[in-house]
Amino acid sequence: MKVAIIQFPGSNCDWDAEHSVQNVIGLPAGRVWHKDPLPEGVEAVIVPGGFSFGDYLRCGAIARFSPIMSDLQSFADQGGQVLGICNGFQILCESGLLPGALVRNDCMEFRCLNQSLKVEDSNERFNTEALAAQLTLPIAHGEGNYRADTEVLTDLEANNQVLLRYAPNPNGSINDIAGIRNQAGNVYGMMPHPERAVESHHPCLDGLPVLRAFLQPLLQSSPVQLSA
Amino acid sequence: MKVTVFVSPKTTVLDPQGAAVEQAIKSLGHHSIEGVRVGKTVTFQMEGSDTPEIRDEIDRLCDGLLSNPVIEDYRYEITSE
Amino acid sequence: METTAAPLPPNPDPCLNVEITPELVAQHGLLPEEYERILGILGRTPNLTELGIFSVMWSEHCAYKNTRKLLKLFPTEKKDKDAIGQVLVKAGDENAGVIDVGEGWGVAFKIESHNHPSAIEPFEGAATGVGGIVRDIFTMGARPVLLTNSLRFGSLESSQVKRLFRGVVSGISHYGNCLGIPNMGGDVYFDDCYEGNPLVNALCAGILRHEEIQKGAATGVGNPVYYVGPGTGRDGLGGASFASRELTEESAEDRPAVQKGDPFMEKLLLEACLEMMSIPGLVVGIQDMGAAGLTCSTCETASRGDSGIEIDLDLVPQRETGMNSYEIMLSESQERMLVIVAKGRERELEEVFEKWDLHAAHIGEVKEGNRMVVRQKGVVVADLPAKSLTDEAPIYDQPATEPAHLAMAREWKVDSIPELGQEAVEGALLGLLTHPTIASKRWIWKQYDHMVMSGCTVEPGSDAGVVKLSIAGINKYLAIANDCNNRFCYLDPYTGAQIAFVECMRNLACSGARALAVTDNLNFGNPNKPEAYHMLKECVKGLADACAHFDVPVVGGNVSLYNEHGEGAIDPTPVVSMVGLIDHPDRVTRSGVKDSGLELILLGGLPDELGGSYYLQSAFNKKEGTCPKVDLDAEMNLQNLLIGQIEEGRICAAHDLSEGGLLVCLAEMLFDAHGIGASVSLPDLGSSGRLDALLFGESQARAIIAVKPEKCDAVIQAAKNLGVSAHAMGKTDDSSQLKVEVAGTSVINSDVSGLKNAWESAIPKHMEIA
Repeated sequence: MKVAIIQFPGSNCDWDAEHSVQNVIGLPAGRVWHKDPLPEGVEAVIVPGGFSFGDYLRCGAIARFSPIMSDLQSFADQGGQVLGICNGFQILCESGLLPGALVRNDCMEFRCLNQSLKVEDSNERFNTEALAAQLTLPIAHGEGNYRADTEVLTDLEANNQVLLRYAPNPNGSINDIAGIRNQAGNVYGMMPHPERAVESHHPCLDGLPVLRAFLQPLLQSSPVQLSA
Repeated sequence: MKVTVFVSPKTTVLDPQGAAVEQAIKSLGHHSIEGVRVGKTVTFQMEGSDTPEIRDEIDRLCDGLLSNPVIEDYRYEITSE
Repeated sequence: METTAAPLPPNPDPCLNVEITPELVAQHGLLPEEYERILGILGRTPNLTELGIFSVMWSEHCAYKNTRKLLKLFPTEKKDKDAIGQVLVKAGDENAGVIDVGEGWGVAFKIESHNHPSAIEPFEGAATGVGGIVRDIFTMGARPVLLTNSLRFGSLESSQVKRLFRGVVSGISHYGNCLGIPNMGGDVYFDDCYEGNPLVNALCAGILRHEEIQKGAATGVGNPVYYVGPGTGRDGLGGASFASRELTEESAEDRPAVQKGDPFMEKLLLEACLEMMSIPGLVVGIQDMGAAGLTCSTCETASRGDSGIEIDLDLVPQRETGMNSYEIMLSESQERMLVIVAKGRERELEEVFEKWDLHAAHIGEVKEGNRMVVRQKGVVVADLPAKSLTDEAPIYDQPATEPAHLAMAREWKVDSIPELGQEAVEGALLGLLTHPTIASKRWIWKQYDHMVMSGCTVEPGSDAGVVKLSIAGINKYLAIANDCNNRFCYLDPYTGAQIAFVECMRNLACSGARALAVTDNLNFGNPNKPEAYHMLKECVKGLADACAHFDVPVVGGNVSLYNEHGEGAIDPTPVVSMVGLIDHPDRVTRSGVKDSGLELILLGGLPDELGGSYYLQSAFNKKEGTCPKVDLDAEMNLQNLLIGQIEEGRICAAHDLSEGGLLVCLAEMLFDAHGIGASVSLPDLGSSGRLDALLFGESQARAIIAVKPEKCDAVIQAAKNLGVSAHAMGKTDDSSQLKVEVAGTSVINSDVSGLKNAWESAIPKHMEIA
């Protein structure tokens, strides 16, 4: 497998992520149990959505201590591609692979809807994939309200690390932030679910260029036939 | 001994739950109340006594797992129950 | 009475060694003659643990003692053996029914109520309701693929109702979202009759290979019996007998009878069980511990397997200390299962559960004979014939008397209602669009993750929810609809139940789906009251006749009686849920119109019946009148036309006429796309000669479809061939206005966005935090 999808107890978008990468984009993907090591030869890792460890204590707080996380940390340190979606984003923030934290939506309720997002055009990979200025992606979360202190925020904005912004804002997230990347540009995290917008029965196909942008280094390094 | 850890949202971080509870309190007519913050307590039994080493260990636990330093503060009490 | 058999030894917990008095029997909800029957079966006096076991197993919830005879009226198999949707597992045989959906795949589905627990603690009650029904589905070996709910509440004007409503929705949202099973919404009605006794019916459907169907039977003498899942506590003690009593003020003190759910634990159990069941030949039998927990699962598996079973309570994982046999046997702690494993392969099961960090405890064995034997601390604490618990509960045929209001409803004359002037049409429409039963339910379903598992094809809010069966790797779509208008069932139970059926099936037809099977949830009052029993009996007859007529079998369901509170019983509410199949993506059809320039065709003729309508409710606060007629043949012709024309690719959108009638239906069709309007002309007032009955009457067997102009003639011809009246009323346009003329006179010309805003904001306005 080239793309590993980490399965924690309570992950529930692991199948969806695998399906979108394997059957829609056409890269070999597989699920890896959180107690197992990250397999050799993996070029990208997706930390999928769900309720890892029931979201007990805080979203992502317990998953952060899973055995696989040390492998993931070194994989990211070596420049490996990592994408956290929804609960995966929360786990990456908890583990320090991405800055900031996600707290309860300001409406205090879970929100599941097709969300309009503004694409930040500062991301080269997004530009190569010719992302539209405005996208629609499904969101489904109760704790997607991004928080970071002023210093971190200033850095994020100055380094063009914000990927996507809500328009309008469904959860009170600061600076309307829906997704970010790390400074090195290899670790992505976002609350919206690109894997739920890749097939003709989905509300739209806007997730496809987002996933392809993330997987770009793999798509370039190995000429894979795209089935989409 | 018994350890009680109190975790609360940092004063600089928005607390949606606290805001909602405050609104509910005001709607019940208690207008003199403000600054509601909702946190959590974690209690556990621990072997040993109140020493700097034990406090170090509890701090490590609080800083990594029981609270997220990005958004939360913590304090704890040790009692001999 | 024969009481010669030797008594059991004293129970290790002295507090259980008490004399069984008539008071104790009554407290267990057992009648004196039922106790006599128990004495006859045992040939001795039961001990307290045994009495508790009988009381839950012989409760209405488990034994259907007041409804078993009636339920026999339902067809449980398809008459046409060549049709799609053959029944693979029949109603009542296992935890859920299973139907064939082709290509070697089956669908398991079932609805179940959690009304009384939700009335007392709405969040946990609703959450554990979801948990219970999901376990019923994966126990069959199926991967759950969708959830829906049928919810009923009192008026949203009441702050108590708001609390219940908010709690129930967030409980469902919390549990289902955490499990990662898409919740496709469902139906929600608001009516004063549910004040204090809300209905929370939860449905789950799952998909499985035919060869993967699991049985809930304990077979193979010597096979080990395993308990899997978290430890047992004292929560939910006696929930099944609790569900079979009327809600009283004291019920609020019954808090311990409400279980607390842990969706994370359930997710682990779901994945571990599916993983275990995928190992060929490992699992002999499996049953979830729902109502009556360990009691029900042990005696039912033994009874189905024609075996005996022995368990040792000292081996049961326990969360609390000092629990006695009565408490352990009756506990309703959640997220637990009983598994019978092939002897010698215990390690394979244990390895799966270790991977998922779950307990798997070997608590007993399948035995020869037919007894269910329970031990604690080396002492036999219960020794009962398993089948006596499952099959020998008394069955009652209660006396039935027609309630007085039914005759009044039949004799009702529409003249008692003042006629509607054209100037009042817009106000009446707004009154209906803002009634919470008709208003948009987005406030609810935006709290449900309906897109997880990547299958959501038609989101909640259309006539039916549609999910692609991607996870099975097949290009088929499952459609789901729930229905039951309590007003009609109150006014005419036989016809009202039939309306629930035909409307549900019509919702599927409008979505392009062929109906496969029904699961029903019969929510009624106290069956010991002759009036309430009459309503139950008539509803069941009406529903059974409709099922037979359409050859759509009932493959499972649930009965919830004793839904009474303060003022009396709830309206009869036989919730009908139907699963349908769409086998091509082009046939997936929505209720909302996306384009201008489409012909709007009214199928089924001009509505002409006002009785029981929501218009009478919203304009006059009346629940009265003669229920609309049901013509099952006309309904079948209409639905065949809808499905046939959808399959021909001629229908762009379809919406059935239901609550609120023609004008509400038309308005709702325009709410999906921005800027769409419609201009419609109706030739005359129809056979009633009344504007209110035409615009707001709820006559059955009607739908509005939107078709491209070039397809219009073909559709009208097809309707003619099937004998369905089809009337091209007008077109959609870009005007953002809804314009309707009757006999050349304009009766409404309203801004669609204003109507939509009123419809969308009605429930949120009620639910704003003050």
